[in-house]
Amino acid sequence: MARIIGIDLGTTNSLVAYVDDKTGLPRVIPDSEGRPLLPSVVAFTPDGILVGEAAKRQLVRRPESTVYSVKRFMGRGYEDVKDELRYLPFAVVPADGIVRLRVGEREVTPPEVSAVILKTLKERAETYFAEPIEQAVITVPAYFNDSQRQATRDAGRIAGLDVVRIVNEPTAASLAYGLHRLQEGVIAVYDLGGGTFDISILRVKDGIFEVLATSGNTRLGGDDFDRVLLLWLMEDIQARHHRQLACREVDLARDGEAMQELRLAAEAAKIRLSGEERTMLTIPFEDFTYRREISRSELERLLEPLVQKTLGPCRAALSDAGLSPGQIDTVVLVGGSTRVPLVRRRVQELFGKTPHSQLNPDEVVALGAAVQAHILAGGITSMLLLDVTPLSLGIETLGGVVSVLIPRNTTIPTSAREMFTTSVDGQAVIDMHVVQGERELAKDCRSLARFELGGVDPMPAGMPRIEVTFLIDASGILQVTAKELRTGKAASIEVKPTYGLGEADVERMVEESYQYAEADVEARMLIEVRNEADTVMTHVRRALKQAGDLASAEERQRIAAALQALEQARETTDRDRIHEKTVELNRATEHLAQAMMDAALRSALGTRRATEIMESQ
Amino acid sequence: MNHFEIFELPRRLGIDAAELQRRFYALSRRYHPDFHAGASPAEQARALEASARVNAAYRTLGDPITRIEYLVRLEEGRETKEGAAIRPSAPPALLEEMFEIQEALADAQTGGALDDVARKTLAAQRERLQARCLDEEARLTERLAPAWDAARPEERPRLLAAFKEGLATRAYLKTVLEDLGQALGEGEGI
Repeated sequence: MARIIGIDLGTTNSLVAYVDDKTGLPRVIPDSEGRPLLPSVVAFTPDGILVGEAAKRQLVRRPESTVYSVKRFMGRGYEDVKDELRYLPFAVVPADGIVRLRVGEREVTPPEVSAVILKTLKERAETYFAEPIEQAVITVPAYFNDSQRQATRDAGRIAGLDVVRIVNEPTAASLAYGLHRLQEGVIAVYDLGGGTFDISILRVKDGIFEVLATSGNTRLGGDDFDRVLLLWLMEDIQARHHRQLACREVDLARDGEAMQELRLAAEAAKIRLSGEERTMLTIPFEDFTYRREISRSELERLLEPLVQKTLGPCRAALSDAGLSPGQIDTVVLVGGSTRVPLVRRRVQELFGKTPHSQLNPDEVVALGAAVQAHILAGGITSMLLLDVTPLSLGIETLGGVVSVLIPRNTTIPTSAREMFTTSVDGQAVIDMHVVQGERELAKDCRSLARFELGGVDPMPAGMPRIEVTFLIDASGILQVTAKELRTGKAASIEVKPTYGLGEADVERMVEESYQYAEADVEARMLIEVRNEADTVMTHVRRALKQAGDLASAEERQRIAAALQALEQARETTDRDRIHEKTVELNRATEHLAQAMMDAALRSALGTRRATEIMESQ
Repeated sequence: MNHFEIFELPRRLGIDAAELQRRFYALSRRYHPDFHAGASPAEQARALEASARVNAAYRTLGDPITRIEYLVRLEEGRETKEGAAIRPSAPPALLEEMFEIQEALADAQTGGALDDVARKTLAAQRERLQARCLDEEARLTERLAPAWDAARPEERPRLLAAFKEGLATRAYLKTVLEDLGQALGEGEGI
């Protein structure tokens, strides 16, 4: 079989992995610079699309057209996300159905944005193996509903990938652990990522990974940790510097660039506080600098309510599995947010045992996806994952009440059959409304789609007997088929997904992605050389200002000329010329850079000025 | 093929859980779509269907109560869920108590917030009903089920009726317990 790659399409970072044929072990594929993580950030610039680190650098510069955490929007509607909008620098178009983001001049859907990330990972794998890659296993939060899974699969298709399987993140992680001496028994996987939380309880026996129950919250993760710290930070800045802010008429909340800067500062401080007891927040503004120390316990007070929100689903999953915390043999931590000490403490308290986290929590899901890909390719036959559907599936009946067809935590694949008939003489079409959720009324559940059963022969009401089969496949995605029982012929079904892309939309997007592929690559390379030029120019200008006296007049003149040449080249679209001039500017400053280094070394223990120079290198 | 036949088990209510699990794992290894990913689309579809059937059978037979519900359907010649076999019905012995609970529930629903006294009363009633429900389940699985397996054919109609009555009582208690749980403000926030 052809090679299948495993992809972790994360809220914050995404990765691609494969199983090495020789060792039989999964490995993450790094980018050309050796970085395993691809930040899940996509920037739509006038010159083209940027992904990953390059896009992340645009977050502050172009907040309104740089999309991050797009996973939170997958398979959702405007109504679902409108409360989050005031924290987002990009606009969401108010419309029915699927969320549409306005980025600069364009409108894009979340699957298209995710597709850009997937495509980058696909290309990374293709470069690595020097062969085309067409198939992938992609992971999603276990608690993702059908719409969110479909959106993920659509994203794969738009990126030119056949998504052979959608795997749940916590179960993927258990497979990765399974390859490493995991003991048999009952394990709980606590997975707190950038935007989602999952808890899965599995029984591992004879190579079978049987999920007993799963629960979670698809809107709870590290992003929310950052947000509470950001809100605290904004309040504190307002309180301490309200005079400066007022006289400049700055409203932080409305300043996209400032918000992004603060968000990134909050995230960085949160990360530092996992290792340190206290840390300094330093944020430069135009005419003042905000400085404040924050302690881990201060942060923990802010995070406590969020961490508590993960414990309810843990108890629910235990109850659904019919187990008490004491019956869990092993607890495994997955996801970057489990690095937060408070999270570890609360998990330990709930289960009464020290959780495991030997495998890198950022990589373990991708590694598990690679293992599942290898199983599908026939490379592993000793391991088998039996997963469950996280939410009950039902149809709306008279009075808006839900009739459950497939209860939550049913092992997949699974199917249910239901009989339908007409209520009016001669009725030719039967409507069905399929929902997912645990509530009694359809309006309180998640609407998945409306199905139209067509081609019913005209008969008196109640006469047609149409058997509809609802099948949830191993990816957790619903397939619906219908059959007229008297004639035995298949009934036609038209699907109208509530929060998804129609078949025609996906095909158009696949087309577009081919069309723009060439242009995108060109544009991306141009932006990269321009960014490189900008970085070098900034450094040189600063060096001239700070240590210009270390260079001779003639040298300074040469540098100024090279700088000017690069400035001019940068305005063109001639990639080679920009690159060439960047190299020349670098060369012109070689001597100055050396002189600065020497000066810095001479002042060994150094004055403040010397360290600043070192830093500017 | 019915669920018992899928596992090559006799149509008996006494099933050894470990043995059922062993057979479930073996069948999963045979039919799970993961091991047929390279096959033709038709074979894949067959594996998918077979695997879904195995999972449904395991879910039904794995739980002693749903196992009894399934047996009742099977004995009555109804293999589909159509026209639910068991309708919740209140056990006559409990009617008076149920009436009180329903009244208290109705009050709670119209009054909005529960006062402490009402809350305590409902909580106490819930505890009693929970115990009653567990008793009913124990009666079904520990007394009636072994009796069924040992019964002569002429004794079976009586046992079948007893199953149906017990299941109806249990279903009723479950519904009331759910309502009580909701009135007490639980089962939310997940």
